[in-house]
Amino acid sequence: MNMWTDIFILSLVLADFRLLATSRLAAVIQTTVLQAIALSAFMLTMADRPWPLLLIFLSLVTLTVKGVILPWLLGRAMREAGVQREIEPIVGYSASVLIGMVLLGLSFLIFMPLKASVSIESAFLLPCALFTTLTGLMMIVSRKNALTQVAGYLVMENGVYAFGAALAVEEPLLVEMGVLLDVFVAVFVMGITVYQISREFDHIDTDRLSELKD
Amino acid sequence: MLISIVLIPLALGLLALVTPWKGARRGLLITGAVCHVIVTVVLGLLRKNAYQSGAWIGLDSQGLLFLAITSVLFLAVAIYTAGYLVRDSGRKVLDSVEGFLFSNEPEAVFIACLLLFLASMSMVCISRDMGLLWVAVEATTLVSAPLISFHRHHRSLEATWKYLLICSVGIAIALLGNYFLAFAGHGKTHLNIDNLVAGAGLLDQTWLKAAFLMLLVGYGTKMGMVPMHTWLPDAHSEAPSMVSALLSGALLNCAFLGILRGHTVLTAAGLGVFSGELLVFFGMLSMAVAAAFMIRQTDYKRMLAYSSIEHMGILALGVGLGGLAGTGAMLHAVNHSLTKGMLFLVSGHMLFTYGSKKTYDVHHVIKTAPLTGILWLLGFLAITGAPPFGTFLSEVTILKGMLESGRWGVAAGYLVVLGVIFIAMARVVIPMAFGLPKKEEAVEAFPVSKKEPLWFAGPAMVMAVIILALGLYIPGSVWKFLGQAASMTGGF
Repeated sequence: MNMWTDIFILSLVLADFRLLATSRLAAVIQTTVLQAIALSAFMLTMADRPWPLLLIFLSLVTLTVKGVILPWLLGRAMREAGVQREIEPIVGYSASVLIGMVLLGLSFLIFMPLKASVSIESAFLLPCALFTTLTGLMMIVSRKNALTQVAGYLVMENGVYAFGAALAVEEPLLVEMGVLLDVFVAVFVMGITVYQISREFDHIDTDRLSELKD
Repeated sequence: MLISIVLIPLALGLLALVTPWKGARRGLLITGAVCHVIVTVVLGLLRKNAYQSGAWIGLDSQGLLFLAITSVLFLAVAIYTAGYLVRDSGRKVLDSVEGFLFSNEPEAVFIACLLLFLASMSMVCISRDMGLLWVAVEATTLVSAPLISFHRHHRSLEATWKYLLICSVGIAIALLGNYFLAFAGHGKTHLNIDNLVAGAGLLDQTWLKAAFLMLLVGYGTKMGMVPMHTWLPDAHSEAPSMVSALLSGALLNCAFLGILRGHTVLTAAGLGVFSGELLVFFGMLSMAVAAAFMIRQTDYKRMLAYSSIEHMGILALGVGLGGLAGTGAMLHAVNHSLTKGMLFLVSGHMLFTYGSKKTYDVHHVIKTAPLTGILWLLGFLAITGAPPFGTFLSEVTILKGMLESGRWGVAAGYLVVLGVIFIAMARVVIPMAFGLPKKEEAVEAFPVSKKEPLWFAGPAMVMAVIILALGLYIPGSVWKFLGQAASMTGGF
């Protein structure tokens, strides 16, 4: 059981590195699907078998929202905007991966003192969840393409969700559902805005959204 | 019963989305606002029955205070919006900065989003569970994004994008804060405020501190706390004025409520000093940075936006200090929301009258549009804390709280910043009200229209009267209520 938890969590981290290393939007979207699969599978491994019905339900909903609907929305927005890849990121891909390694190390360091106070089976869980969150943030600040930023938000939300998944057994279902609904609507609204931006500006690079300032 | 305050605007909003008749949609907006006020008053009077310990939703003093502010402000905004839509419907509007024509977004979506915005803010006010609160705050971001991009042009899209992305990321961090709170309870406590406060002694202190930091950063982003405030001036200046009024007067308060709940839990766990000092620090920082940007500000809507950042700083400062300053902060929330709501409505009318957001294009308002000019001046005096307005009373109460707790340094900084802001705003507002246009500019800056319709002047005047009344007399029962609201955040 513990082994499976570790495997799924580590695949989350590997997916993070792929996200940092690739310029193709299609690859980014595929990787978020992988993350969703890892996330929903690892939620199940946190509980003892037989799995509670609620947990299976939650895991399936997570998989549907994060692994099917959201990537589909992103893919559609990508086709509508006619953008295949990130042209000129603010931080290059090799540099991103190197920064990612540093962030991963930092994530482990941060949780050294905090680990003792919670009884979570896997020692990897919290640092890796934090690393996924940071990867998402990194994607948002170091990429110019609006769709990559939306994907970054999704990855960040995956990381935060992984923290929550550690507690999935205790958290009330209503809140989890609400969180999923909000993420879904967030990506939906962002997708619409990206579409409007691409229609108004003929591109979706956010560095040219820089007229408003003091 | 309590949930009706969310369900009524929600239902009306969805109805507005599918209603094909313009008049009916505007009617729905007004109906929603009026119903909301009525339900809020009824709930306020029946408060004993509306609050059960351990329930998902409930109306405590803080929630009722912020709900009442939202309700009053929304009614004013609804009346203004109805008139605004009648005026602007179907015509192309001339952009004030670059002079191109643009049209507005479908009106149905706009009205529906306004009502949904009201519903989600009401949900924030009545949530007694940190998880539910989070869901509601995120919902406010999502339904207000289409409001900001109501004018369809590139600047409003830029503002919407910044708002959407920065706030969503911020709120995601607040969710992390929620999960940290759950870790602090070893995964066994539900994130209900009553449960958390009751079991505060058993919570893990390190996780609790981490949780508060995350909540502060997360909800602080939404509240416009420096340095997470960058979306705020853009969104407030590009949104239609009544939306700016709602964002500033109601939404920022709702985000602040999230921080207040976190502060309540930390205070109960004996970490009130930690969270309080953080609030004081970020409050002072917000005030100082806002003041710096208000000096020589040339866009009057941006000036109002920075003023909102300043006042959010004052709220954080007051609550962080606790005691009398906390009570003052609660009163200040009321004053700020009403004053800023009124100022944004006035600025919206000036924008229409002069067709420019630049301070140097607006002259002699007091002559061109007397009522607008007077309200603009009164609003300026009220927002900078001049007597006899309510803001003066609340700012002095906060100062008294600082002196009582012996925080001389904070008090000195507070007074200096308030002084700087008074001068900075006076240098903008006084020339706008009384200044004469320069000869060569006189032709192009000629006001478009001199009418001051009732749908604009009515709500603004009523708000001005309330602010004045709050400065002149506050009944003892209201003070008691404000003190009660403040005591839940750690002021005793």
